[in-house]
Order: sequence, then structure tokens, then C-alpha cells
Amino acid sequence: MSPQPFDSLKGFAVTFRQMFKKPITQQYPEYKRPVYPRFRGRHRLWRHENGLEKCVGCSLCAAACPADCIRVVAAENTPGNRVSPGERYARIYEINLSRCIFCGYCELACPFDAITLEAEFEISEYSRDDLIYTKDMLLAEPVKRMPVADRDLYDTPTPVWKAES
Amino acid sequence: MAVAETKRAIYEGTRIPSPIPSVLQVDPGLREEGDILEVNFGPNHPSTHGVLRLIVELNGEKVVGLQAVVGYLHTGFEKNMEAKTYWKAITYPERIDYVSFQNNELVFVLAIEKLLGIEPPPKAQWMRMLLCELNRIHSHLVWLGTAALELGAISMFWYCFRERDAILDLFELVGGVRMHTRYFQAGGLAEDIPQGFYDECRAFADTMEKRVDDYEALLSGQAIWLERTKGVGLLSAEDAIALGQSGPVLRASGVDWDLRKVQPYLVYDQVDFEVPVYPNGDVYDRYKVHMDEMRQSTRIVQQALHGMPEGPWIVDDRKIVLPPRHELHTSMESLIHHFKLVTEGYRVPEGEVYVTVESPRGELGCYLVSDGGPKPWRVKFRAPSFVALEATATCMSDALVADLIAIVGSLDTVMGEVDR
Ligand code: SF4
Ligand code: SF4
Repeated sequence: MSPQPFDSLKGFAVTFRQMFKKPITQQYPEYKRPVYPRFRGRHRLWRHENGLEKCVGCSLCAAACPADCIRVVAAENTPGNRVSPGERYARIYEINLSRCIFCGYCELACPFDAITLEAEFEISEYSRDDLIYTKDMLLAEPVKRMPVADRDLYDTPTPVWKAES
Repeated sequence: MAVAETKRAIYEGTRIPSPIPSVLQVDPGLREEGDILEVNFGPNHPSTHGVLRLIVELNGEKVVGLQAVVGYLHTGFEKNMEAKTYWKAITYPERIDYVSFQNNELVFVLAIEKLLGIEPPPKAQWMRMLLCELNRIHSHLVWLGTAALELGAISMFWYCFRERDAILDLFELVGGVRMHTRYFQAGGLAEDIPQGFYDECRAFADTMEKRVDDYEALLSGQAIWLERTKGVGLLSAEDAIALGQSGPVLRASGVDWDLRKVQPYLVYDQVDFEVPVYPNGDVYDRYKVHMDEMRQSTRIVQQALHGMPEGPWIVDDRKIVLPPRHELHTSMESLIHHFKLVTEGYRVPEGEVYVTVESPRGELGCYLVSDGGPKPWRVKFRAPSFVALEATATCMSDALVADLIAIVGSLDTVMGEVDR
């Protein structure tokens, strides 16, 4: 029983047919495929509309982090220096993104929706030191804007973890 | 040009080369002649599937001695998990076998659930089965792409990774990230299934059927592929059982054993699928088992999409599951539960369990001991890759050095899982 040459031709047919198909290559840096709304990329800290920070320095996110990469040092709010609406605020808030595994537990843990994982994924750096994100970096508007796919279709109608507060 | 007839057929009985089954010892007489060449294969070799080091002793082209050295990827996952609460530890097993992450996650979560004595709702069970089957296809695609690449079929790599990417997109859709989703949580799923998932997954399952035929057309009948795989790396059924093999390696040796059938977990007893078994125990049959399993997994995915029940996706138990987000701002009790769960974690009753699932590589077991606290007291995984690696020396008896690549590839080991 010789499987040749008919089987060879079958293989060639697959290759030949491929010529008439559109390439699936995405021209990446120019074109960015929209990430799905649940995508967990770089973290972002949020502010209330009145400019105060949502984070109250409770360290729950640090407690939830499996990689132990969040460092929170809290300080008291004073009438002269009011940073967050609560009693305390995060004086230091650092995430070491070179350790982070993007599990999103910090986002689940935060009771005030102060930290979320957003769509940005282009976060490589030339130096490991640059991957330690400080509070200012996390609070700032991201420079890069990543397209996100339709939220209604690809997320649940009432997102469990990302409800508005 | 008959290819198959000239090839060696599977042997009867046993031929495990030495008391240590993973070592092939050189015949002392041969060594005295002094024609033995010792070659280091790996740890940084592109075709060792990671960082496997094989010390190969050659007599001309023939492999006469073999010794596997493992441990280059040891990360201490199991020990690390003892220092984390169960909730956090769920992120660890996924990284042990990074190719079949969803199955690894499942086995750990099932072990926790067994100790806790909770049963996830049907929707969670069906979705878990669906994702595990997608993950099986993913794992087999990675295997096929890389194993064929090592034997020179470069285009297979591009074809396989096209479909693999589609599967990873699906994982990104439901789980948030493309790998290591931590989507299975004790008690069910982390989040509900979004509407868009069903259509995307159905579209994928429909194309996947044709794709597997394409892969088969590219490889199954090709003279070079047959030459490289038929009658190579023989392992008899008796030896496969003696060496504790499971999964595709065992089924390619003619043993009908699949944990999804013989010991159904999740809802595998409610779907219709077959277990492919091939009798010849060579590399070619292992390849055929992988191909057929991809087809069967696609069938299960389709049935799961069809049969997915409605309802809750996680148990309603505030002592284990984080409370719904909106309650945090209205209910003090929920907030206290939330704080408790995040900082301290849930307590798991004292006891020990051993749970097994059929991962893409075979029987994946998780042995979990709890001392009643919020952290596991001991976690141990039975890694099918590690067991598969033990069969290398037996498969390699009277193989040529070029076959070594085909044989090591066909055993489908993931070094992350071997070393843990
Ligand atoms: S995503 Fe996970 S690993 Fe990263 S900072 Fe948050 S909790 Fe830690
Ligand atoms: S981000 Fe949230 S959880 Fe973390 S310290 Fe701030 S308020 Fe607490």
C-alpha cells in the first residue's frame, strides 16, 4: 500500500488554496486589534470628579496581591492637605509591574473602585527600574489609548467587578 | 514507495532498559571499544521543548545511552502555594503547565471544592468543561506546531498558531487575559459569560473542524512525515502501564484509558465523545491520537455551547465567594465579608484530597492537605509530563539520534510542569 502520490497532492492542495485566502497578519504597531473589555492591562488609579483620589490607603489591594508587588504607605488627611475623601490617603503607592502577573485581584479587592486594570499593554521598558509605577504615573491619563471592543457585547450587562460607585 | 512496511512493529512484553527506567545504560563491552561519543543535548536546544537536558551517548548514529537531567525550570510553585491563601494560590497552578493552564487551574479548584464540600452551579460546570476542551485544543495545537517544526514541517507551525491565537482571543474575551486567566474560582466562575462569547466560540468551533482536516492533509500521508514517525519510539502497552503513562502516550499504545470516560468529572458524562485509541505505540500513532482528540474536543465544545444552562455562575456562599460588587456600598455585612475574604481568606476544613483530571498530557492530579487554616498545608501535583519523560529511555532503545527529536517531541512534555 503506497500512500503516494495522491496524499502528496492533497497536501499541496491545502498549500495552494492558501494563496487565495486573505492573510491574517495584523500590521501591529500601525493597527491595534481592539482588546476585549475584560482585558487586564496596566493599572490605573482613579480620582473622584472633585479631584480627590479614590484610594484611601487601606492596603487591601496589597493584601490581595499574589505577587506581593504593591506597596502602600498611608498617611492621615489633614484639613490643610486633603488628598482623599476618607480619613487617610496613600502617601506612597507603588506597583512593581515587573513582578505583576496581571491577575486583577487588586481590582477585585479594592472596595472603592480606586484601582482598575485598563487596556494598555505596551508597557515594556529598557530598565527594570522604570517598571516601578508610582502614584503619579498611575493617576495620570495614559499617553497611549488602546481601542476596546464593544462593551455591551463582550462584557456582562452589569459587570460584577467594575460597577460604578 | 512503500514507507510503512519496512518499519519496525510494536514489540510485545517489556523492555524497560534498566532499574531506573529513565536511564538508558551503555553496554560495558561497547564502552570498552571506545567508540562512544557523549553529547549534551540541551538545556538550551531549540527542540527540547523548554530546558530539558539529555546526556546522549552515541555509537555512530545509534543512541546507546541516555540520561535526562531535569530541574532547570524549578520554581518552587508547590512550596510557594503553602504561603498563600487559597484564593491567591489559584493563580499558581496555571503557571505550572503554562500550555494547559485551564486544566491545571481546574484540578486545584476541584480539590478546594472537594474539601469545602461545595458543588458549583451547572452553568459553571458546563463552562469549565468548555474552556478545558478549548484549552486541550490549544495545547495540542502547540504540540503539533512545535513537534512538526522540529521535524522540518515548518508551515505546520504557522497553521497551528493561527488557530491557537483564535483560542487565546476567546480566553481573553471571557477571562480577561490570554493565558493564566484565574477564571475558575472556588465555587464557580469569576464572572458571568458575556453574550458575545457564544457566537465567537461557535464560529471558531465550526472552522476548527475543517482545520484539523487540513493539518491531516499536510502531514498524515506525506512520505517524509511517515518516514520520520512510523515505527519510531516504540512503547508497548505493557511498558506504558508499567511506566505509569497516561493521556495520549498511553492511548497510542493501545490502552483505552481516559479519565473523562472512566471517572467522569464536571459534566463529561452528559456529552457525547469518543476516546481515540491507536495500537502501534509509535510517534505516528501519538500524532494520530492528538489529531483525533482535537476533533473530539471540538465536538464537546459544540455540545457545550448548545447545552449551556442558564442561571448563576457561582455559588451563593458569602463565606467563600466575594460578595457582589454593588453590595459593598450598601451593606455593611458584605463589606465585612469582603475584608475578611481578601485579607484572611476562607478557611478550608481539615483533611486531605487527591483529585485527578484528564489534562491534555494525561492524568493530572492534585494532592491537597488542609490543616483547617486559610492556607494549604501541602500541595503536590502529579505532573503527567514528568511521567512521560520517564518513558524516554524505553522509547529510545535502538533509535537513531535523529529520532531522538521526534521521540522527545511526541511525548509532549512541558518542562514547566516537569520541574515545577
Ligand atoms: S494584577 Fe495581580 S499581581 Fe498585579 S498588582 Fe494586581 S493583584 Fe498584584
Ligand atoms: S487602591 Fe483600593 S484597596 Fe488599594 S489601598 Fe487604595 S483604596 Fe485600598
